[in-house]
Amino acid sequence: MKARKIKNITMTFVISLFAGICLLPLFLVLYYLLKNGLSSLNLEFFINNPKPFGETGGGMANAIAGSFIVVGLASIIGIPIGLFTGIFLTEYKNSKLSDIVRLLSEVLQGLPSIVIGIIAFSWIVKKMGHFSALSGAIALSFMMIPIIARSTEEVLLLVPDSLKEASLALGAPKWRTMFSIILKTASSGVIGGVLSSIARVAGETAPLLFTAFGNRFFSTNILKPMSVLTLQIFDYARSPYDELHKQAWAGAIVLVLIVLLISLLSRVFVRKLSKGVK
Amino acid sequence: MLEITIRVEDLSAWYGNIKVLKSIKLSVASNSVTAIIGPSGCGKTTFVRCINRLHELNTSARIEGKIFLNGSDIYEMDAMKVRREIGMVFQKPNPFPTMTVAGNVLAGYTLNGIKLRKEEADEIVENTLKKAALWDEVKDKLNLPGTELSGGQQQRLCIARAIAVKPKVLLFDEPCSALDPVATGKIEDLIRELKTQYTIIIVTHNMQQAARVSDFTAFLMLGELIEFDRTEKIFTNPSNKLTEDYITGRFG
Amino acid sequence: MRIGKFYSSDNIYSFILYLFGLFLILLVIGIFSELVINSFPSIKAFHFSFIFKGVWDPARNEFGALPFIFGTLITSFLAILISTPLALGTAILLDEYLSGAFSNIISSLIELLSAIPSVVYGLWGIFVLVPVIRSFEQFLYLHLSFIPFFNSPPYGVGILSAVLILCIMIIPYTVSVSKEVLKLVPSDQKEAGYALGATKWEVISKIKIPYVRSGIFAGIGLSLGRALGETMAVTMVIGNRNAIPKTLFDPANTLASVIANEFSEATSSLHISSLIELGLLLFIITFIVNFIIRIILRRISFKK
Repeated sequence: MKARKIKNITMTFVISLFAGICLLPLFLVLYYLLKNGLSSLNLEFFINNPKPFGETGGGMANAIAGSFIVVGLASIIGIPIGLFTGIFLTEYKNSKLSDIVRLLSEVLQGLPSIVIGIIAFSWIVKKMGHFSALSGAIALSFMMIPIIARSTEEVLLLVPDSLKEASLALGAPKWRTMFSIILKTASSGVIGGVLSSIARVAGETAPLLFTAFGNRFFSTNILKPMSVLTLQIFDYARSPYDELHKQAWAGAIVLVLIVLLISLLSRVFVRKLSKGVK
Repeated sequence: MLEITIRVEDLSAWYGNIKVLKSIKLSVASNSVTAIIGPSGCGKTTFVRCINRLHELNTSARIEGKIFLNGSDIYEMDAMKVRREIGMVFQKPNPFPTMTVAGNVLAGYTLNGIKLRKEEADEIVENTLKKAALWDEVKDKLNLPGTELSGGQQQRLCIARAIAVKPKVLLFDEPCSALDPVATGKIEDLIRELKTQYTIIIVTHNMQQAARVSDFTAFLMLGELIEFDRTEKIFTNPSNKLTEDYITGRFG
Repeated sequence: MRIGKFYSSDNIYSFILYLFGLFLILLVIGIFSELVINSFPSIKAFHFSFIFKGVWDPARNEFGALPFIFGTLITSFLAILISTPLALGTAILLDEYLSGAFSNIISSLIELLSAIPSVVYGLWGIFVLVPVIRSFEQFLYLHLSFIPFFNSPPYGVGILSAVLILCIMIIPYTVSVSKEVLKLVPSDQKEAGYALGATKWEVISKIKIPYVRSGIFAGIGLSLGRALGETMAVTMVIGNRNAIPKTLFDPANTLASVIANEFSEATSSLHISSLIELGLLLFIITFIVNFIIRIILRRISFKK
């Protein structure tokens, strides 16, 4: 009995130790992020474009704008496709076809993002003959589609069947029932799922390496290469210039803030859903 | 001779391989209340769901036989049209949570893409809620979400929603089983009033309710129609022994 | 079977929905085919020996995938090995030992970890983790180089750094899934254990954890899938050497990291084709791992 008691206390200690080890990196990452990046986070950073290597005073204006453009374009493409795929999975829930689609959607979701980059390169960059923001956006949209499809289906299934039947009993067509009743009732959950997919791709770098490719100058032309925050951080981190390292940290702070904000917003919407659907 | 609104001819229904209704034959008189009673699992709910063609929503569902609404075979009609003529009120009140009280009343129009002018809409809301004996209680709450009413009020709202599109027939599937006795009484009174304008079929497991509210009663057991007659006859002098056993509580 | 007539707008609706379903199927099939077609030159040149060859030399147009298969598998599995007990311990702590509010705060913090983009971990890895590892390696090299295992120049970048950073990145997944399933254990199971005189640890280890075995395994599966495909953070700290690492401190490359490194500058078409074949291999490995996990999960929950 004494041995068991000792074991109990020991394990309590071990578990606390393990948990502490898990949380340590979080604090270390955030600490160094702030320590190394805050000093470079000034107005210049947001307004200026990169200066020639080694010069001080450059900024990441082009990268920040580029991130918004590429992620925005990816959303325009990916959200409707993801939504309708989710609706398909919900309407035809028990059919063989939807089983196949669901399976393949999981396969797509599990695909490493660099492979998606290869595909977008093959299908679009090669055909166009050069890198472009558009190819990067398409790569990101491929990543968004399965995430949105799955979360949409999950959320739509939470809406009670009785609402669907009440709508059909009034003579409504299936599509009106889906859009005016089911989707509307689950709307905050759907939005939450969409937001979380945006947060996910906003932080991606690999699929953009050989699609959007990056650009040292400010550009809003989606048919040309474009700078994106994640790519810029990657490039600067590997460069030999201290000044650029500092900017990489600053960029990382901005990136983390953007991603965290969108994730938080997503969480808010999902919580609204559980209150609304009783 | 009574006018017939719904005529059911040799109706059989399946869920997959399980036959849940066996050759049902009956006629529902206009402006009457017909109760469908029977032990659990006898097919009462399936029966009414065949009438407004909700049964076919289930992918493994199948029917044989014919159902006529005022002479037209409902299976030769557009399903949506059938459902606009034959409304349904469900067991658990199910107002739409994303619509206001007024919005719920008008749901039959909005969900069918019918645009109403504001005056028209307001008029329909007021008249329908009055017919559903709900106007006085909710006239100040028209802009609240439909789900913020009490259970009994929600059910009357669902009834209002069903009658707002002016159907010929109203199907009630155990409409009071989720309600307290006071709310139940109000709904039973309402059903008696509504029969002057609509033909009503009500499924109920409560025999006293059937006796109070209906003109005709159909007794179903294991998917078969055992007996169908005027309510007083069924409850005082049933022809079939099974009916008698059920009425007197020997099983069910 | 008698079906009534259908409203034509619903027919259009069904048709559109089927199109989207079809689109997804075609997309995934298309992705796989594109990878295969573009790998043909490399497959034709090297056949199956591609998988077993340990040499990757763009200059001589000789390409073999073994260093990267090895790099991918060893970093991922080591990361799972180290992170799983840590994550499980944290999940147990959050579920059993900490009170509601405190537990929720820490859970949220851990979820925060999973939201941090990979490139930020890579940045931190280069400038914070790697110098520490380098000092650690220097120390070992200085004092213990007679042991072959530590007889590696102390670069700092290498398998160890990659494994550590992968651990940090995948722990949140295992923690959140494990915590969720631990919460679901009915309290009467726990109480039965306590009633029999078991200690807290015994209730946890012998009753709760076996009960949620499949959930925890699913969490591990999720983490493994993530680790296999992780590109940026790994490529920034693994040292980018195209050879099979011999020790924990050797630089190396994974399938994902070598593609990230060389793709945009690949010159010969054979080089590009081989890189794409690596991508195909990565697709297949990830697919097989997910498939195996799904089968095991079905077995485990079936046994219940």
